[in-house]
Amino acid sequence: MIGFLQNLIDAVSLGSIYALTALGIGLLFGILRLINFAHGDYITIGAYALIVPSADVTARLLIGDLPLVVMTPLICLIVVVAALLSDVLVFRPLRRASSPTLMIASFAVSYIIQNGVMMLYGARPKAVDLWSGANTQILIGDLRVPMLQLIILVVTLVLMTALTLFLRKTPYGIQMRAAAEDFRMATYLGVRGNLVIGLAFAISGILAAAVSLLYTTQSGSLSHTMGLPLALFAFVAVVVGGMGSLVGAVVGGFTIGIIVTMLQAYLPPELRAFRDAFAFAFVILVLLVRPAGLVPSRTSFERV
Amino acid sequence: MRDFLIRHQTPALLVAGLAVAAGLGVLTGNETVQVTLTEMFIRLVVVVGLWVFIGNSGIISFGHIGFMGVGAYAAAWASAEPGFKQIMLSGLPVFLQENQYPFAFAIIGATLLPALVALLLGIALMRLSGTAASIATFAVLMIVNSVYANWDSVTAGSSSIIGIPTVVGPWVAVGFAAGAVIVAYLFQVSRLGLMLRASRDDEVAARASAVEVRRMRLVAFVLSAAIAGAGGGLYAQFLGILTIDPFYLGLTFITLAMLVVGGMSSLSGAVAGVFAVTIIVELLRVAERGVSLGAIDIGLPLGSQEIGLGVLMALILIFRPNGLSNGRELVWPRATPAAKALAGRTLSPELAGDAAPSP
Repeated sequence: MIGFLQNLIDAVSLGSIYALTALGIGLLFGILRLINFAHGDYITIGAYALIVPSADVTARLLIGDLPLVVMTPLICLIVVVAALLSDVLVFRPLRRASSPTLMIASFAVSYIIQNGVMMLYGARPKAVDLWSGANTQILIGDLRVPMLQLIILVVTLVLMTALTLFLRKTPYGIQMRAAAEDFRMATYLGVRGNLVIGLAFAISGILAAAVSLLYTTQSGSLSHTMGLPLALFAFVAVVVGGMGSLVGAVVGGFTIGIIVTMLQAYLPPELRAFRDAFAFAFVILVLLVRPAGLVPSRTSFERV
Repeated sequence: MRDFLIRHQTPALLVAGLAVAAGLGVLTGNETVQVTLTEMFIRLVVVVGLWVFIGNSGIISFGHIGFMGVGAYAAAWASAEPGFKQIMLSGLPVFLQENQYPFAFAIIGATLLPALVALLLGIALMRLSGTAASIATFAVLMIVNSVYANWDSVTAGSSSIIGIPTVVGPWVAVGFAAGAVIVAYLFQVSRLGLMLRASRDDEVAARASAVEVRRMRLVAFVLSAAIAGAGGGLYAQFLGILTIDPFYLGLTFITLAMLVVGGMSSLSGAVAGVFAVTIIVELLRVAERGVSLGAIDIGLPLGSQEIGLGVLMALILIFRPNGLSNGRELVWPRATPAAKALAGRTLSPELAGDAAPSP
């Protein structure tokens, strides 16, 4: 029982990371119909922004050494700027392009960022020690919970609540929801398209920055492809949850986190290496039963 | 005969172009040129396979490099030396372990196995809407990668399969490239291809006209996986040594870039894109290596090749969304208007939605 609870906590904390990533991707998809491959690379940018740019193997912290209250906004700012830049340079000229074209364009952006990071920082993974104090364990009854997992959970809940409040209560949030519902109609009614899209990119940048800080603290290493697996799992989470629904993205993220952790824990040892294959096969099975995802959204059906 | 050629001038011209390229390459007698050409023709097979699905259905697939990997391993299982297979690949069926099959047999295996895998996965994937299906094809790539990287007794895991006869040179590769172009063309002009493109241009209208969209997509998915798998089989018998690492995102990106640069809505575009991207990548590679002037080396930093390709792809998408071919097929310049109309009927200029000009 304790073992299962322990696994469940792991699953929820991994699921939180996927859910935050999926939320950033789902937000842009809702408004722009853009599947943003570069989202994972925003996470990479946030993580690499912590250290001194050099091709050395050992990483020296630069921004990462600053106090938390300075570091966090700074990293958010850098990632938001990167996200907005990719919008202005690539996605804005493609506003009227079809969904597949946008997807390929974001694939190109992702490829450029990855190789750019590699050029600046070298191809070898680097070890970073960011905030190692967070790895101490807390005893709750018989449960040993790493503090970091609680922090991840709290940060995720705070960010999700903040996003929900923003979308429901503020004028900009309401405009964004209107744009997600029907972009063209919303612009006819006075919603400024580029402003709303810029906001969506900025918010997804903030979410990516949060993930990069949490994930780097947890893994303790950097590599130029570190964002990729996160983005891929998050994509699948978005599809499993139901495209176009933010609740779906979160549900999908937690579902994937739980599937992956439970497979890791309960697969027989000789099959454990195939964990990802089982996870994705399971996802395909879920989609067979529910092609529109777990939380189908009204806007996910293409309008005639 | 003349009418036949005029009617089918696009594949005829493409095949002739391929043969000329191969001939010129062999005439140079330069080893490096021939290796580059062979690799280009193999990629052409894969890109044409990719086009059969993407070009006709309008759904981007990121999973076909997985099928290429499945094909490559199938060819390796059939053709690698029995001595190696009995020691390293003890999980293979006995008939594969004990025999070394000829090239033709290996390629048939490399075509059929990916087609079977695509059929099984496609039944699930093709139920999804276009965008969701695109993302789900990523799952295919990752499943293949995870299984082949870890199933040690059958794939040698992270070490490589060696002792595959290297029988593929420029002529064999160009032969298969021509074959792929012809198969893709026949699919394009077939009833199935027409129905699938109708669903690409307007899914609702196609459905209303009794096109079974899912089934058409599945047929194209299986056929394109078979062609990509054949490309993988060629690749295995070209390199002679095989690991799963090359069959991942890097190659996925390059093949998609070829399709986008050439223009993914026409077969000629797919072929043109392979040529254009290969030339650009080779030029960038030379620039990366740099020239030495006395003690100083002048060259682009490592990684410029990849960044250059990414930037090129983004520029093409923004400024020429239908690629170099602009969605048209290759026709002889002085063809009669009737023939033009005939050739023009088989293509439709843009993927749905691309038609609107950028603001």
